[in-house]
Amino acid sequence: MKEQEKLERQKRIRNFSIIAHIDHGKSTLADRILESTSALTQREMKDQMLDAMDLERERGITIKLNSVQLKYTHTDGVEYIFHLIDTPGHVDFSYEVSRSLAACEGALLIVDAAQGIEAQTLANVYLALDNDLEILPIINKVDLPSAEPERVKQEVEDVIGLDASEAVLASAKDGIGTDEILRQIVEKVPPPQGDPSAPLQGMIFDSVYDTYRGVIAYIRIKEGTVKPGEKIRMMQTGKEFEVSDVGVFNPKPVSCDELTVGDVGFVIAGIKNVGDSRVGDTITNAHNPASEPLPGYKRMNPMVFCGLFPTDASKYNALRDALERLELNDSSLQFEAETSQALGFGFRCGFLGLLHMEIIQERIEREYNIELITTAPSVIYHVQMVDGEMKEIDNPSNMPDAQQVEWVEEPFVKATVMVPNDYVGAVMELCQAKRGEFKDMKYMDDTRVNIVYDLPLTEIVYDFFDQLKSQTKGYASFDYEFIGFKESNLVKMDILLNGESVDALSVIVHRDVAYERGKAIVEKLKDLIPRQQFEVPVQATIGKSVIARSTIKAMRKNVLSKCYGGDITRKRKLLEKQKEGKKRMKSVGKVDVPQEAFMSVLKMDKD
Amino acid sequence: MAKGLYVHIPFCEYICYYCDFNKFLINNQPVDEYLEALDRELASYKMDQLQTVYIGGGTPTALSAVQVKKLMQIMDRHVPVAQLKEYTVEVNPGDVGEEKLSMLKEGGVDRLSIGVQTFHDSQLNSIGRGHSAEEAKETVRAARHSGFDNISIDLMFGLPGQTIKDWEETLDEAMALAPPHISAYSLKIEKQTRFYNWWREGKIAPLPEEEEADMYELLVDRLESHGLHAYEISNFASAGHSSRHNRIYWQNEEYIGAGAGAHGYTDGVRYANIKPLNHYIQAVQEKGNPVQTTHPVTRKEQIEEEMFLGLRLYEGVSTERFYQKYGCAVEDIYPESIQEAKQKEWLTEADGRLFLTEEGKLLGNEVFALFLLDDESENN
Repeated sequence: MKEQEKLERQKRIRNFSIIAHIDHGKSTLADRILESTSALTQREMKDQMLDAMDLERERGITIKLNSVQLKYTHTDGVEYIFHLIDTPGHVDFSYEVSRSLAACEGALLIVDAAQGIEAQTLANVYLALDNDLEILPIINKVDLPSAEPERVKQEVEDVIGLDASEAVLASAKDGIGTDEILRQIVEKVPPPQGDPSAPLQGMIFDSVYDTYRGVIAYIRIKEGTVKPGEKIRMMQTGKEFEVSDVGVFNPKPVSCDELTVGDVGFVIAGIKNVGDSRVGDTITNAHNPASEPLPGYKRMNPMVFCGLFPTDASKYNALRDALERLELNDSSLQFEAETSQALGFGFRCGFLGLLHMEIIQERIEREYNIELITTAPSVIYHVQMVDGEMKEIDNPSNMPDAQQVEWVEEPFVKATVMVPNDYVGAVMELCQAKRGEFKDMKYMDDTRVNIVYDLPLTEIVYDFFDQLKSQTKGYASFDYEFIGFKESNLVKMDILLNGESVDALSVIVHRDVAYERGKAIVEKLKDLIPRQQFEVPVQATIGKSVIARSTIKAMRKNVLSKCYGGDITRKRKLLEKQKEGKKRMKSVGKVDVPQEAFMSVLKMDKD
Repeated sequence: MAKGLYVHIPFCEYICYYCDFNKFLINNQPVDEYLEALDRELASYKMDQLQTVYIGGGTPTALSAVQVKKLMQIMDRHVPVAQLKEYTVEVNPGDVGEEKLSMLKEGGVDRLSIGVQTFHDSQLNSIGRGHSAEEAKETVRAARHSGFDNISIDLMFGLPGQTIKDWEETLDEAMALAPPHISAYSLKIEKQTRFYNWWREGKIAPLPEEEEADMYELLVDRLESHGLHAYEISNFASAGHSSRHNRIYWQNEEYIGAGAGAHGYTDGVRYANIKPLNHYIQAVQEKGNPVQTTHPVTRKEQIEEEMFLGLRLYEGVSTERFYQKYGCAVEDIYPESIQEAKQKEWLTEADGRLFLTEEGKLLGNEVFALFLLDDESENN
């Protein structure tokens, strides 16, 4: 392509993503846009095209990013090139969201006409504003009887400060408003800026591993041009590769001659490991490098750790294979072998956050068909030893004896909670209870307040999010970033079943809450572990002292007496269920423990 | 060849709060059409080897006297009554008088099972029974007066709010009536009952395991001291009065089930009849056959059932009989389960029989579950 053609084409490119709360209709609208721009034939069209994994469809969330190139002929007769970039929708992945937004010039903000703006939307809107995106408000589901589009428009203006006078009233389900949305994308989203002949700067916003082709990096070209045969350099890691293929998604990958300014597509360059193609890194030309990388790169480190053990010990190798395969696609997943006295051989795994952890667990169970026992998540601790050594402990059972420890530091985060002012009291109370240190509070407008606390990460891992949701009726939006380690008065609490310490149940807790939490854990275990043939004491200990105790009574009577009028099938079903339940338990010493028990130290219902 | 016949009469004057059997309030139901359908269904079975009949419900005695008479005539038409060794009908206190009793007697019935449940009026009320303790006693007396000596009384324990003292009083009252047979069931809260809904709403709670176990132990002791021997986990009888019909179930033998929602086991196939009344009647009218589901019992299942049914009996499972039936030793099929159950003192072996210990009876489900075999595929 000649220089002039590139510049002309660049003016016809529109890059955008969609911001929406779960269930507000993001996927449905994406489908309508795909249909209207004839990216897909009807036959290829499956509902909710962009959410590829079953898990994504089921949970209604996007985990892996997707992008698609679309052709749209505007009312002026000119054909425009759209790139729609999908974004994940959860705080664990807010970095990925910020990078995919950074690949766009505009964003469609979908708000449900009945429910209005919700917490989750806000954080992403602010990310979009940080990236200077043009935001097009869309009031969706106007066909609902409970729809109040005018009120919601007003809310968009009041809460976010956007001009909503031209907000499209749409019903993605019925295809209402789609044409208007496409028209506004052309007219309002600015075309990409940049110079096709400048040194290459391409931002990686996702990368996936393909068995046959290696790593496929999803990139947005900000400056310059890239084509096969060129040598590229990853500006953060310094690694160099030779490009073998470039192309776009329509949504299937289609090779093309080159990618130039404004293009969103893929680069394949013999990269073996997703870790060499990190989200946020800048691809440049190795022979004619850009003077500096694009801003915003962060190296994502796992913050939450837990043990994953196969229920069936013979599945250990299968579990390792599964983790290795998942790791190929997920540079933020870490794992190493771990041995537990109670649970046998497994892996200590590190995740970005709790959702990331849950997703990996579910994918292992579903896609690889391995039943897992999961230990309660923990964070990483810095332990200063008496002998001067500093140990990093990510597994409570490895915590050294108190006598050898000088002090312990735990990770802290800066937590930002955005909440309607009615809930300010509740949020502050919660943050105080979670050992938070108040930092700042600002009124965003008449109704919304931004509260900032420094909080120990372990409290967030524990149950902060659940409690925040329940105490603010789901209105709070919450985000956090790691700020560093601080010394804390932490102790290791062990749990004893039938007098034997169960390593997989050990937790590290702040001394001030140890008694209360120990009591909660032993009570919960008492309820979760079924009666055994003998009485089982459940104890929580710190060092040698027992701080809480409960007892699982011995089984006394479990026999069906009813005759059921000769309905033997029914008796059989009952016994089969009982046998199945037993199979799913893990024998710890002589005690049969159900899988949920190992997570129970985390999930404490407050009732 | 089926040795027993179960006939289901799915009508009730009222619905007890714990009952999840197939039953319907009798008002405005097509009872006569039902009896006609039953007549046709019974005609389809071969009954020449029949030894026992059990008519249960529902409430067979909810039928009017005319209908009871009709039922007896239908039975007589198909069943070789003269050769039967036991012919039982379930009877509900309060709705049988001399008239219905004598019709049963004339029809050849020789055993009555009376649904008493408890001798406390307040508890009868709180489980939804429509009769008083006095009416229950009166029914037992009336039955005897009509010439029925072979009487069984049904009792229930573990009822919400029931104390061990209440249960003891009920047992004493029952013993005062000196029936030769008692069935005593612990309450199980089943889905699709009022109790289930109340339990979910937190309005009622089942008794703790400890209390239920104490009640069971009291039951066994008290009945034993009156000469009623626990020949099965929940059935007690004086010598020569154990239920032959129920034994067919426990000994894993075949029986016919007739009526809406009845279960049967014939020619190696377990089957269940259609439950809804009108569908049942229609199916019989159109096809002569109301079967809804059939399940051919595999050898693996047959062996499992031999064990989890047989172990319910006092005498347990005869290793000799097992060998004759299945051509292999029970120890070879269950080497580990038998060892585990013995080691836990749930099971013992004597005189060529495997049977439950006292603790094994209390924890029967634990033991029975040990005798479910793993799927073939898992052994490969």
